[in-house]
Amino acid sequence: MAYQFDFSAVLAQGDLLLKGALFTLELTLIGTLLGVALGIVGAGVRAWNLRPFNWLFAVYVELIRNTPFIVQLFFIFFGLPALGLRMSEWEAAVLAMVINLGAYSTEIIRAGIQAIPRGQLEAAAALAMSRFESFRHVILRPALAKVWPALSSQIVIVMLGSAVCSQIATEELSFAANFIQSRNFRAFETYLLTTLVYLLMAIGVRQSLNLLGRRLIMRRG
Amino acid sequence: MPLVRVSALHKYYGDNHVLKGVDLSIEQGEVVAIIGRSGSGKSTLLRTLNGLESINDGVIEVDGEYLDAARADLRSLRQKVGMIFQQFNLFPHLSIGENVMLAPQLVKKTPRAEARQLAQRMLDRVGLGDRFDAFPDQLSGGQQQRVAIARALAMSPKVLLCDEITSALDPELVNEVLAVVRELAREGMTLVMVTHEMRFAREVGDKLVFMHQGKVHEMGDPKVLFDAPQTPELANFIGSVA
Amino acid sequence: MDFTLWDIVRNLLTGLQWTLLLSLVAFLCGGLVGLAMLVARISDNTTLRVVSRGYIELFQGTPLLMQLFMVFFGIALFGIDVSAWMAAAVALTLFTSAFLAEIWRGCVESIPRGQWEASSSLALNRYEQLRFVILPQALRIAVAPTVGFSVQVVKGTAVTSIIGFTELTKTGGMLANATFEPFLIYGLVALGYFILCFPLSLGARYLERRLHAAG
Repeated sequence: MAYQFDFSAVLAQGDLLLKGALFTLELTLIGTLLGVALGIVGAGVRAWNLRPFNWLFAVYVELIRNTPFIVQLFFIFFGLPALGLRMSEWEAAVLAMVINLGAYSTEIIRAGIQAIPRGQLEAAAALAMSRFESFRHVILRPALAKVWPALSSQIVIVMLGSAVCSQIATEELSFAANFIQSRNFRAFETYLLTTLVYLLMAIGVRQSLNLLGRRLIMRRG
Repeated sequence: MPLVRVSALHKYYGDNHVLKGVDLSIEQGEVVAIIGRSGSGKSTLLRTLNGLESINDGVIEVDGEYLDAARADLRSLRQKVGMIFQQFNLFPHLSIGENVMLAPQLVKKTPRAEARQLAQRMLDRVGLGDRFDAFPDQLSGGQQQRVAIARALAMSPKVLLCDEITSALDPELVNEVLAVVRELAREGMTLVMVTHEMRFAREVGDKLVFMHQGKVHEMGDPKVLFDAPQTPELANFIGSVA
Repeated sequence: MDFTLWDIVRNLLTGLQWTLLLSLVAFLCGGLVGLAMLVARISDNTTLRVVSRGYIELFQGTPLLMQLFMVFFGIALFGIDVSAWMAAAVALTLFTSAFLAEIWRGCVESIPRGQWEASSSLALNRYEQLRFVILPQALRIAVAPTVGFSVQVVKGTAVTSIIGFTELTKTGGMLANATFEPFLIYGLVALGYFILCFPLSLGARYLERRLHAAG
């Protein structure tokens, strides 16, 4: 007997999906802002070899890049409370995303910094700029411009990865999907639609980041 | 019966009308030098002759093979028309001997041992017979270009197209390549060369074709044309490159 | 029930074995499917190109978790009894195939156009061009990023714990519930992945350096 697809059952709960999608976007936004900030600090520390922090960041980056996001999430949400660090689901989700994106951003931005020709720094020094001023105005903007595509990709990856946060009951999009399909027993249709929503979000976020990159990072400086 | 005949050839790159009705015929054994400013369409014209560039209108006939906008049996055509490139384009992952052997084996189904002998002969012919197992990155630019010539010759083409084959070479390496080409001309190979080497065109060329803004502007004996250009455009061109 | 450290490690190792097996299956099968997708992606046929592009963008633009669920529930629609292992293997294979196809496409496109022109001028047809001139060169360039992606595959297997496949993460979850020692357990789980992935990461980086040194 042919399976009868029934998308109406899912669309009836469309508002829940929308709420979940918005929550995913919120998580991603906060995670991105803090994660990239962490990445900038990490990249600076590593590029300038500031001991002992540079070693700390190196270990941190390797740990994060060689373990799955879901394990990092579970460690934070289930493991840390054993040390007395309790937090809510969305706090754990954001923290996990920040730590995760922070590691990848550190490497990505570091590569961007290392691609800046030496002469730029020498010129800045000759103009009596301090190291910090050089970093901010001569290094950081061009480095970000150079690696903007790679960074944007990573942000989208983190957003898609946030789907597993549903496992600790963070009320983002996947959680909404789980909830809906457990009620209407239309698992395939529910997840199909949800996947399409993710796809649209990924495309949207990608385009927005492209636009942002062009306006903010590359236009000036 | 000309070996190569081009009639009313038109080519567009998008809106850009690059070839505006070219007529040309080349006899067997002729050495044709095509000259002109960048943008005149000379390289494009050359590349239509072996189908690397498509055409929008007109007919190209090479040894009985027709190339028009609608149909072209490129595999058959390209066995008759060989090409040498400005950037050599040798296959870096194969030795120079293997570079020469590859196409005869695949396209002409030449057995491996026979192809090897053929490759050795071709490399001998261009003066690199003792470097069969060397890799392209171990050779100088002039040597690589000579291998490229050997590679094209291994297919026994009727016509050899040369696209500015010495332009990417250091000056002291140009002569070794031109020497090989001169020898080919002497042996009766039909050559169509886009070139900046005016002296070579004058000495070895049978026919000079001056391209200007997508059309054949002047055509004739190079010795005559260089001494007495008929149009101001050619006179200007000669003056600027002399 | 009391668990000794050795009990824990022993169980985790079993989970690790399944992680390893799934990774290998996904990588090998994904590689084969990916190769087919690559050929489609660079083919002259517009339909093939568009369909393969859609396939790749679908798997790159959606969460692996969703892909897993769709496979799991999708196969069930056909009345087939789908096990967690089957769904995991299929989903990861498809996921891997899309990413590898895209990585390899990048490698093929970095081969200079002159190689295509020279080989076509020698009357080679497209298959011969790819097989004897383009792909051998692309292969050299592709080794480093392919090894790099294998790390993503291993990490990706962790998501299959959600549909109950008893790989490392799921085993860890079960142990954490049984022992009430989540910090230790998930720490060990992370260590397990690290031991698998770190050498691969190092290998990929080494290969990348060697490739660029050779020029």
